[in-house]
Amino acid sequence: MSDRMKTYKTHPMSLVFNILTKIAVVLTISVFVLIVGYVVIKGVPYLKPSLFAKTYTTENVSMLPAIVNTFEMLLVSLAIAAPLGIFCAIYLVEYAKKGNKFVRVIRLTTETLSGIPSIVYGLFGNMFFVLALNWKLSMLSGACTLAIMVLPLIIRSTEEALKSVDDSFREGSYGLGAGKLRTIFVIVLPPSISGILSGVILAMGRIFGETAALIYTAGTIAKYAGLTDSGRTLSIHMYSLSNEGLYMNEASATAVVLLAVVLLLNGLASLVARKLSKGGN
Amino acid sequence: MTENTAVSANTAAQKPTAKQSSHLLEKAMKALFFLCACVSVAAVIVICIFMFAKGCPAIAKIGVGNFLFGTDWSPRNVPASYGIFPMIVGSLYCTAGAIMIGVPIGLLTAIFMAKFCPKKLFKWLMPPINLLAGIPSIVYGFFGMVVVVPIIRNLFGGTGNSVLTVSIILGIMILPTIVGMSVSALKAVPDSYYEGAVALGATHERAVATVVFPAAKSGILASVILAVGRAIGETMAVIMIAGNSTIIPHSLLDSVRTLTGNIVIEMSYAEGLHYDALIGTGVVLFVFILLLNLCFNLVTNRKDKG
Repeated sequence: MSDRMKTYKTHPMSLVFNILTKIAVVLTISVFVLIVGYVVIKGVPYLKPSLFAKTYTTENVSMLPAIVNTFEMLLVSLAIAAPLGIFCAIYLVEYAKKGNKFVRVIRLTTETLSGIPSIVYGLFGNMFFVLALNWKLSMLSGACTLAIMVLPLIIRSTEEALKSVDDSFREGSYGLGAGKLRTIFVIVLPPSISGILSGVILAMGRIFGETAALIYTAGTIAKYAGLTDSGRTLSIHMYSLSNEGLYMNEASATAVVLLAVVLLLNGLASLVARKLSKGGN
Repeated sequence: MTENTAVSANTAAQKPTAKQSSHLLEKAMKALFFLCACVSVAAVIVICIFMFAKGCPAIAKIGVGNFLFGTDWSPRNVPASYGIFPMIVGSLYCTAGAIMIGVPIGLLTAIFMAKFCPKKLFKWLMPPINLLAGIPSIVYGFFGMVVVVPIIRNLFGGTGNSVLTVSIILGIMILPTIVGMSVSALKAVPDSYYEGAVALGATHERAVATVVFPAAKSGILASVILAVGRAIGETMAVIMIAGNSTIIPHSLLDSVRTLTGNIVIEMSYAEGLHYDALIGTGVVLFVFILLLNLCFNLVTNRKDKG
């Protein structure tokens, strides 16, 4: 340690740089702690059972309909996006030849999709699903919009997971007489399941927290919604509450629920992913 | 593929029908996988077609110059005027502010995490940084509205809904993008670079700052480009704290409206040309994002070759 101090005496800039990086880390971490801490402290006292009442009224802005809608949204959009994304990744990793031009096109488009801001998805969903296909403001329009939005996330994580399966597994399977399809479903998919799952969970987190893409595709009506009805998810619920300015306490309680679920999902995703890397070794 | 065909040739004589049907299934599934792979391509094409087909005629009708450089946005006036210049400037100001706040903090954090951080501490510090990326933008907006806006109001006066507030919140929101990607870029630099610098007499910090950091610059640049994309496209957090007035901000404390904000705020009641003008706003945003994507691809491809 004293050696270190001696070097710092002759090289003060090194010391300054070192301290600067430490300040930056402390700032970054404390911002996280501050946001989570503030939301929890501010919101938990208002987290009353009445906020989970069966129906939404202007006197009691219950979040239960929004929560139910959110789960519906999760299920429908993942039911669309997960098979599409996983199959796409299977094609990219197992079927496409390396350096194939089409593969490069797909990679370019998935990168483009992941860069598009959610409000542009919202605009597109409004033009395409709501108006052009005439599905009106509905859960289905919202779910389709979100499915496109999370597609690149699922494709990428599935691709990584499939690539991490050693080629000798595949060769062994072929050598024992299994076909390509059988090899994929029996040999390649099982060990990559946790990687795929972590991608799907991350996608759930994004769907759960999404607002801008949903306001003008799924709408903001605070009722239990069928597939063809307009309904608000929890994050839109929170936006409406804080936007009106009358229900700030309820909004902060909603923020706690939102934050808790999203952090839980993200934690779960990295836990599952870590299990993958352990299993791989 | 070669083992595959050899095996099917061997057993084909014994059970021809079963093999044929499974062969058919193989082909069908391959076609299905291929079709699913086409979906993302189709999605990008359809999104582009719809955005440009609806937005460009509106821009042409308003006049490219009037639309892009008009400083008056009053769609409800008669005659209405649709100039989005204040929003373009607003988006650029806020993004620049976010970069000025987020990039230095993010890069210094990344350097610490990648090179100075003890392994045990790394395990504890990295998850919260990654979790910052998971917090929904609406929660950031809420935090900005109830915490940052009052602080700015008390410190500097005004309403508190300002370029500065937006920049702070966006700066926080891009931190995880910058830190995450830069840490992997810094860690990918071969240790021999660092060792060589230290052997030549550089201090630990000097070796990292002058040798390792420049070696990782394309990955770091990519992270910054990605962060710019996130900042310019962010919507919900911004509209809650920006004030959203349609004038060009002249100071850090002026209210501002971004391109994204313009769309969300007015979509609910827009009709006719007004609606199309909002799509046009989306097109401008979309073009910004496509250009950023292009830069991103150029930077990352160069890295692959080098």
